[in-house]
Amino acid sequence: MKALCWYGTNDVRIARVPDPRILNPRDAIVKVTLTAICGSDLHLFDGFIPTMKRGDILGHEFMGEVVEVGPENTKLKKGERVVVPFTIACGRCYFCERRLFAACDNSNPNAWMLEEAYGYSGSGLFGYSHMMGGYAGGQAEYVRVPFADVGPYKVPEGLSDEQVLFLTDIFPTGYMAAENCNITPGDTVAVWGCGPVGQFCIASAWLLGAGRVIAIDREPERLMMAADRGKAEVLDLTATNVFEALKDLTGGRGPDACIDAVGMEAHGNTIDDWYDKAKTTMMMATDRLSALRQAIHCCRKGGTLSIPGVYGGFLDKVPFGAAFGKGLTLKMGQTHVHRYLPALMDRIQRGEIDPSYVITHRLRLDDAPNAYKTFRDKEDGCIKVVLKP
Amino acid sequence: MNMELSFPGDLQDERARSSRNLSEVERWASIAAGAGLAVYGLSRIKRSGWLYAAMGGLLLRRGVTAHCDVYEALGMNTAADPDDTRAALGGPRGVNVLESVTINRPIDELYRFWRNLENLPQFMRHLESVEKITDTISHWRAKGPAGSVVEWDAEINNEVPNQVIGWRSLEGADVVSAGSVNFDTAAAGRGTRVTVHLQYSPPAGKVGAAVAKLFGRDAETEIREDLRRFKQLVEAGEVPTTAGQPRG
Repeated sequence: MKALCWYGTNDVRIARVPDPRILNPRDAIVKVTLTAICGSDLHLFDGFIPTMKRGDILGHEFMGEVVEVGPENTKLKKGERVVVPFTIACGRCYFCERRLFAACDNSNPNAWMLEEAYGYSGSGLFGYSHMMGGYAGGQAEYVRVPFADVGPYKVPEGLSDEQVLFLTDIFPTGYMAAENCNITPGDTVAVWGCGPVGQFCIASAWLLGAGRVIAIDREPERLMMAADRGKAEVLDLTATNVFEALKDLTGGRGPDACIDAVGMEAHGNTIDDWYDKAKTTMMMATDRLSALRQAIHCCRKGGTLSIPGVYGGFLDKVPFGAAFGKGLTLKMGQTHVHRYLPALMDRIQRGEIDPSYVITHRLRLDDAPNAYKTFRDKEDGCIKVVLKP
Repeated sequence: MNMELSFPGDLQDERARSSRNLSEVERWASIAAGAGLAVYGLSRIKRSGWLYAAMGGLLLRRGVTAHCDVYEALGMNTAADPDDTRAALGGPRGVNVLESVTINRPIDELYRFWRNLENLPQFMRHLESVEKITDTISHWRAKGPAGSVVEWDAEINNEVPNQVIGWRSLEGADVVSAGSVNFDTAAAGRGTRVTVHLQYSPPAGKVGAAVAKLFGRDAETEIREDLRRFKQLVEAGEVPTTAGQPRG
C-alpha cells in the first residue's frame, strides 16, 4: 500500500509499504477513505517530538471502512464505516472505566519510555512517535486499529466523510477544551490560536453557553474564519496589545476562561517569543510558549486556563507566580476522544454543527508531502488539509 | 510481607553465619599466611617489622573469624554453598527485587491465573516454559545470557489462597532463587494490588548483576515489564504490540 512516512525533520515522503495485518485478537484493519493532517503532525514534521524513527507512518485523523476484524472483536463487522479516535484505549483498565481514555494503562507498548520522561505513561496514539506507542498511522491506504472493539465508532447513514472525519481528534479536542473552561452562562472565553482546534474551541464554547468568545491569532484568514464561521470577536496579535484589548473588552476584569490552542510552537510577537526561538533553535529548550504565557497573564482572577495545545518537555519562564497569584485553575491533556465522540456525532446528525467548514485544502494522499509544507508555512490560506488515499 | 521468605531455622542460621563470608579454603590460607607474616615481622629487627606483623595479624583474624571486610565492602561472599537456597539468599545476600502493580480484576481471578505456574511464560519474557511436576514442584526453563538456557526446579513453600504464593528453587539450580507474589485488595473499586518480591543469586554474584545492568535491563526493570504484561493480559486480554506492522 501507499503510506506517508517520516524520514527526518522536514522530510516526509509517500512510500510503498506492506499492507497491515491483524496482530492482536481485538484488532481491525480499516481501509482509509479520508484522512487529515493535524497541527500536531507539524510538531513531528518540524522535529519537535523525540523518539521518531525513519520510516514511521504518520497520521492520527482517519476514517474508513472495516475490511478485517480479529477473532476477539465481536463489535465490528466487515464493511462498516467508522471514525477512529486518535487515542488508543483498551476500555477495561482503571482509567478507561473512569472515561479517562487518553490515560489508558494498556495501549502503549513503549510505556516505559514515557515513564522515564513523565513518571507515568498515557495511552498509545496513532502515528505519533515511539514513546507514544510507535503505532503506524492513518495517512495511508490501510491502517491496523488496536482495541477496535472500543475505539471505532459507526457513522450513521446520510453523513459524509468530511462531516464526521474531525470527530477523530480536533472537534472533541476543541470541545473538551471548552468543557474544561467550566463555562457558566454569560462567561467570556478567550481563545489563543485560530487553527482548526481553535475554531472548534470557539464553536464549542458557544455550544456550552458562553456569552462572549474572543479569538486571538496573527493569520488574517484564520481570524476571518473565527469571525465569519465562529462568530467570535477577533484580535490580531500583531496589531494589538492583547492584554490591554482583552481588559478593555471585559470591562477591566479579564476573560473568565482562556484557552491555549497553540501549544509548543507558538509564533508570538513579544520579547519572550524571540527568547524561546533562540533557545529551541540551540536545543536548549523543548517548547515555545508565548501563547501560554500571555493566556496566564490575561486570565481574570479565579479564572480557568484550558490547554488543548500540545506541550512536550520542560517549559522555561512560565509565569507561575501569576497563575498562583490569581488563583487560576489549569486544565489540560490529550483528549479523551471516546468520551465525546457519540454526543458530538449526534450534534452533527441533528445539524447543530457541520465541522467540515474548517477544510481549506482537499488533496490526494500522494500530495501529502507538499501539503505538510503548505500547512506548516500557512501558505495559500491553508487551515485544514484533508487527503483521499 | 516478607514472611514467605524466611525459611525455618533462618534466624539461628543467620545469627551463626551473619559475619561469615569466607570459604573454608580461604579461611585456612589466611590463617597460614597470617601466621607466617606475623612470625616473620616479629623476628625482624628493622622498624618495618611491625608492619608485617600487623598485616599478619589482620590476615589471621580474617581466617579465624571467617570474615573479610574487603569482601563485605565489595558485596562478595564465598562462604555460601551455592546449592543451599537459604545460604545463598539469607539476609542481604543475592539480588533483591520488589515491584508492584494495581490491576483492575478481582483478586481470586489473579491468584488462580498466577497459581497455574504454566501461565507465567505468557508474560514473563525470559521464561521459556514452566512444567508442573507435582502440585507444588515445577521445572523452569529460562533464557540465560548469550543464548544459554538456565533450568531449575522450584517448590511452592508457602501458599495462602488469594493472598500469597511463595516459592524457592531446589537443590541443583543454576540460579538460586526465592520469591513471592502477594495479592491484596486496593481501596474500594481500585482493583487488586499484586506485589512481587524476588531474590536470586545470579551465576556471578552481585558483580554479575551489575554487569547485566550495564549491558541490558536490570532485574527490577524486567520484573516491572513482566508485571505490566501480566496486567495487560488479564485486563485487556492481550499485550499491545507493533511487531509486524508496516513501515517505510
